[in-house]
Amino acid sequence: MEMREKILASLEQNGRIELKELAVRLGIEEAALANEVAAMEKENIICGYNTIINWDKTSKETVTALIEVKVTPQRGHGFDALARHIYNYPEVSALYLMSGGFDFTVIIEGKSMKEVALFVSSKLAVIDGVTSTATHFVLKKYKSYGVVLEKDKNDERMLVTP
Amino acid sequence: MRNPLSDKVVAIQPSGIRKFFDIVSEMKDAISLGVGEPDFDTPWKIREEGIYALEKGRTFYTSNSGLKELREEICNYLKRKYQLDYTFDQVLVTVGGSEGIDAALRAMINPGDEVIIPQPCYVSYLPCAVLADAKPVIINLKEENEFKLTAKELLDAITDKTKLLILPFPNNPTGAIMNRTELEEIAKVIIEKDIFVISDEIYSELTYKDHHVSIASLPGMKERTIVINGFSKAFAMTGWRLGYAVGPKEILTQMTKIHQFAIMCAPTNSQFAAVEALRECDTEVEKMVEAYDQRRRFLMNAFKEMGLDCFEPFGAFYVFPSIKKFGMTSDEFATRLLREEKVAVVPGTAFGDCGEGFLRISYAYSIENLKVALERMERFIKRLEAEKKN
Repeated sequence: MEMREKILASLEQNGRIELKELAVRLGIEEAALANEVAAMEKENIICGYNTIINWDKTSKETVTALIEVKVTPQRGHGFDALARHIYNYPEVSALYLMSGGFDFTVIIEGKSMKEVALFVSSKLAVIDGVTSTATHFVLKKYKSYGVVLEKDKNDERMLVTP
Repeated sequence: MRNPLSDKVVAIQPSGIRKFFDIVSEMKDAISLGVGEPDFDTPWKIREEGIYALEKGRTFYTSNSGLKELREEICNYLKRKYQLDYTFDQVLVTVGGSEGIDAALRAMINPGDEVIIPQPCYVSYLPCAVLADAKPVIINLKEENEFKLTAKELLDAITDKTKLLILPFPNNPTGAIMNRTELEEIAKVIIEKDIFVISDEIYSELTYKDHHVSIASLPGMKERTIVINGFSKAFAMTGWRLGYAVGPKEILTQMTKIHQFAIMCAPTNSQFAAVEALRECDTEVEKMVEAYDQRRRFLMNAFKEMGLDCFEPFGAFYVFPSIKKFGMTSDEFATRLLREEKVAVVPGTAFGDCGEGFLRISYAYSIENLKVALERMERFIKRLEAEKKN
């Protein structure tokens, strides 16, 4: 792995890691690491830092939906103009262009199923160029961003072994 | 009643690690840096293959030497990774690397033959040699040589009774590795003195500087080397109990006899899973190696900051710091560290007398665990330094 890849792999796992510690772990100077991270932020390789939250463990009511959207691409703009139209809604937390049976995957975070349904019917479905939508609600999140949300494993190894 | 026991076995000392384990297990909430096995689970692909083999009812014996498919994959793997050329009939699949060491010694030793064992080293070489009726000859490796074996040390230990050398690199407990040039020096002596080598390469995947070089890949060495390797460390498969030995067919044939009558065959389920490990898991191994390497640097840096002297090791997942300046034995230091700060490390003496003055610290733990343990160690060392001043 080249150094940039190693830095990114570490930050992807833990965005809050201290640069001092990461520099030691990667065997490079802290200043060099800081420069590299800053450069990647500027180049938009690092686009932000998130926290992985298991909202199910909080009292906040949230619901996540995955919506398959079929569209008619627009002359001269392809899918990009439609994509922009869709991702500008703050309710949309992720948007992907897909291969296969439909065009976009839209991921919506809402307070309730009703709120999400309303967004789909009154905002998404009526956009010019959108030909159909199919909404799937997430029932339970097991793993998110590579992290298993329910931790149930202890270190069961014997304490001292040869 | 007559004495039911074998004098030879009774004379063998129980492992020093065992003694320490007994103290640690009495202790609640002790943090351990004492394990000799990966903290990673076996990669899921491999576990899944094991489950599939069980589902398919593959619960029979395999041939004594092991599944042919596995032995062929072992040959491909050794060729791909270490430029070793073996055919499947030169492979014996064993119950962990340890069984391979035992079988190799028993297949090669005549009573009174001398076996050279460089220490500090893994705990089974010496008792296995004794059980095989060999006379163990110890070489005390030196810190100033970064615990590598030198040609001079080897030459000095060789007599006309010397049959073989056990070569344990990358090394448990020191983390030392030996590069090609250094091995060439050793090989020259081996060939000149016409002795053999059991090369324990169980940590071959876990090197952090140069790629591992197997002594068997050097000219003239293949015909006098038994290479021991296995799945425990590279693929985090300790509990599957699976290793292998490769070497000259005439030796393997005799080893297979011992294995056949003592063991029958290695666990079938593990063998099927291991095929997947060799075929599909390069990426998983690479990720684990990168994680170990980061922890290694992290530990070395922390030791430097707290004033614990340590040569930089480039293999396995151990560091071997010196505690000589504190004026205590390894045992005293480890016992006090355990009692006062509840951190378990293994005294260097568990791996041979020349481990006196050193500790084996394992980094088969998450960085988070290491941080907690290091904090406690730092506190302990500060206390020792304060005591020394008064």
